[in-house]
Amino acid sequence: MRLVVPLRGIVGGRGGLILGTFVPCALFCYLHIRRLRFLATRRVSERAEPIAKAEESPYYVGLGRVSQDPFDEVANPNGIIQLGLSENRLCLDLIEEWLSENLNGAMIGHGSDKGHLGIGGITGYQPHDGVTELKEAMAGFMSQVMGGEISFDPSRIVLTAGATPAIEILCFCLADPGDAFLVPTPYYPGFDRDMTWRTGVELIPVHCHSANNFILSIAALQQAFNQARKRGQRVQGILISNPSNPVGNLLPQKTLHDILDFARKKNIHIISDEIFAGSIHGNEEFFSLAKILDAENFDKSRAHILYGLSKDLSLAGFRVGVIYSYNDDVLAAAKKLTRFSSVSAPTQRLLISLLSDTSFIGRYLETNRKRIRKMYDIFVSGLKEIGVKYVDSSGGLYCWVDMSGLMHSHNVKEELELWDKLLNVAKVNATPGSACHSIEPGWFRCCFTTLSEGNIRIAIERIRKVAEMRKSSR
Amino acid sequence: MAKEIEAAPSVQLSSIAVSETHGENSPYFAGWKAYDENPYNEASNPSGVIQMGLAENQVSFDLLEEYLETHPEASFRGRGATGFRENALFQDYHGLPTFRKAMASFMEEIRGGRAKFDPRRVVLTAGATAANELLTFVLADRGTAWLVPTPYYPGFDRDLRWRTGVNIVPINCDSSNNFQITTPALEAAYELAESMNIRVSGVLITNPSNPLGVTISRSVLEDILDFITRKNIHLVSDEIYSGSVFSSSEFVSVAEVLEAREYKGSERVHIVYSLSKDLGLPGFRVGTIYSYNDEVVTTARRMSSFTLISSQTQHLLACMLSDKKFTKNYIEVNRTRLRKRYERIIEGLRSAGIECLKGNAGLFCWMNLSPLLEKPTKEGELDLWRTMVHELKLNISPGSSCHCSEPGWFRVCFANMSEHTLEVALERIHKYMEQRRT
Repeated sequence: MRLVVPLRGIVGGRGGLILGTFVPCALFCYLHIRRLRFLATRRVSERAEPIAKAEESPYYVGLGRVSQDPFDEVANPNGIIQLGLSENRLCLDLIEEWLSENLNGAMIGHGSDKGHLGIGGITGYQPHDGVTELKEAMAGFMSQVMGGEISFDPSRIVLTAGATPAIEILCFCLADPGDAFLVPTPYYPGFDRDMTWRTGVELIPVHCHSANNFILSIAALQQAFNQARKRGQRVQGILISNPSNPVGNLLPQKTLHDILDFARKKNIHIISDEIFAGSIHGNEEFFSLAKILDAENFDKSRAHILYGLSKDLSLAGFRVGVIYSYNDDVLAAAKKLTRFSSVSAPTQRLLISLLSDTSFIGRYLETNRKRIRKMYDIFVSGLKEIGVKYVDSSGGLYCWVDMSGLMHSHNVKEELELWDKLLNVAKVNATPGSACHSIEPGWFRCCFTTLSEGNIRIAIERIRKVAEMRKSSR
Repeated sequence: MAKEIEAAPSVQLSSIAVSETHGENSPYFAGWKAYDENPYNEASNPSGVIQMGLAENQVSFDLLEEYLETHPEASFRGRGATGFRENALFQDYHGLPTFRKAMASFMEEIRGGRAKFDPRRVVLTAGATAANELLTFVLADRGTAWLVPTPYYPGFDRDLRWRTGVNIVPINCDSSNNFQITTPALEAAYELAESMNIRVSGVLITNPSNPLGVTISRSVLEDILDFITRKNIHLVSDEIYSGSVFSSSEFVSVAEVLEAREYKGSERVHIVYSLSKDLGLPGFRVGTIYSYNDEVVTTARRMSSFTLISSQTQHLLACMLSDKKFTKNYIEVNRTRLRKRYERIIEGLRSAGIECLKGNAGLFCWMNLSPLLEKPTKEGELDLWRTMVHELKLNISPGSSCHCSEPGWFRVCFANMSEHTLEVALERIHKYMEQRRT
């Protein structure tokens, strides 16, 4: 009741004396009861509370709605067509075929000689960051994906249960709670969750604009860095995704040089998320961070690359991510942290065989590129037909579409209304740019690699109807 | 004029990256190093270090192998190759419905059907290590503490504290009552935390206990439940060895006690399980959190995105664990083999003049070497441990690495080797004890 005494002193007079006693007492009781109620009902920690609340981002809401009412040509033709999940269903038949031809030796193996054939080899504790043979196979695979011009060192690879823990582990290694990463927008909505939930790290958006094709400008980077510094916030690094998600463009060589230079001047890290490197379907040249570092004399200890098999090999369920770091201390720490997110042993065994079959992989990567391009062409020609603009992209499984023409006014509220119309009336789930922190309203990410050609046309038709409705209602 | 070349300042890492909380410099892990450098091999290196510090279950491989050989569909081979595409893309954190159901029913089977598990409360993680850490993030804020009975699994120091920023305050148990947890000990630990201005988030027990190899009795479980209810804190029961109890009737899960209480207060209780010990599949990375609290289930599930189980593995295990004939046989045979091993090692140690705590579960025994200590201190224990590792060439785990309050106890694993290797280890101990007597 220590609150009571000073207030009593302040509030003089008889009425004041009563108020001076009553008010603080009431306040005390109120706070005490609230604390009790808080303690009684709170079951999760304070830091887990935001995670316990329902997901509000349209990115997740849309995915949720599709799972409740998924389009199926036969069984549910009025269901929601999924354009919001960057999954690639175009080449799983090739992997299926490979499995049926190769699997007997690939997974379990027979006999117990050498320890790694037979079940004794895959059941026991493995190094948490992946077995050496898989790291070697992965290094070779990454090299093939990047065109064979760069070689990756297996000892710089740390394997994780998917790209989601890969980026979280890297954040835990590079930044303390309260530190920040600069991230060009628009960016993959998952970064907000993966990089900040448990690490306490913050993301500072660095806005990119359609006027210069959504390529990051160093001036914008500099401005964001300075503002952070004024606030007293420590910036620990820059995260780029290349090929970009959601735009699908490739970073030019000069831009990469400039970013590396900037990172050096500020003495910060640079993380390059290259998870779509094998999904480049256009003719532009791709510059992996590895390629730049190989060629030039940049300080490598600040550079890290993220990769995974969810997009290029469509094996999202198998949970295979890669941290590739040029910094030995980061590698040492990251390796220890993989105990919480290791790749399952049977999966490692299967992948060693699959990735080591370099001639199959070569054919796969080429076919994959062609099939993605085919779907891309169908999708964008459909957009052209209905008069909807988009950004020419060379990579990724999606298209960055400008639906501002379907909006009455140019703001986020309108964008979300359009998203809602598309989702609940037209039955098409696309990811609105605001969920990706886009500074320009009206952009939507549309993934086209989970659909058949016929279904793409249906999706375009549904978008066309919305476009017409909007025109007529002006 | 000489030009000064300034070295560029090296780029900074996080505090977590440079911290020692991973604990890999403790004796528990140093013994592993000795093994790695000179590993015993029956044929090629019979005088090497025998690994008795790794709680792995290798006694029932043949059963697993046989299953996989005769069920190609579990591995997407042959006709069972349908469903591969959907499986390859499946990354829903709810988990494969067939697998979740199979896990829940396997957990029921292990407990002899004495407790029910609802598949909707099962949250999947890549191993129990991840499950314990995840629960800590979900239930405990930075700077708060878990009360953990000693001696405890050395890995907890890392798994529960490293990234989470949560503390461990020990609940002291000693040999006077066979290391059982008592209410006064619980109260003392709670007061100790309070005196250090640390808020207690909950109690974390391992049942059956690692490193003791003993199940917790029903009355102690009741006491613990009463305690956490009084203090309004959480209880995590790590039941990772529940299938490795030598006789099924001796294990009481906290799930059974809750059922008997009609689930009153159960929203504070969470169970961790894994297939690493009971099925001997630590490489598969399969763990679960079973929570009676809806909010915890939802939150933990979302957070499990960082530690999902490979869909390929979920499919394989769904097939295997749904096969009731297989699981019934496996559980029985595994139990019997573990019990035989345990009886052999106890007998072997006894005939050498060494006593162990009376155990009834797990992949190890809790050996009492305190009569052999030069000094009844931690240093005395570590001296003896060094003798074990470097002279006898047996990597066993010193009780001090498990935070045991009494020096001289050691954890000795017996299920991660062939019967022959166990005999070799016992022989070395016999020789050593004989030498000591003369």
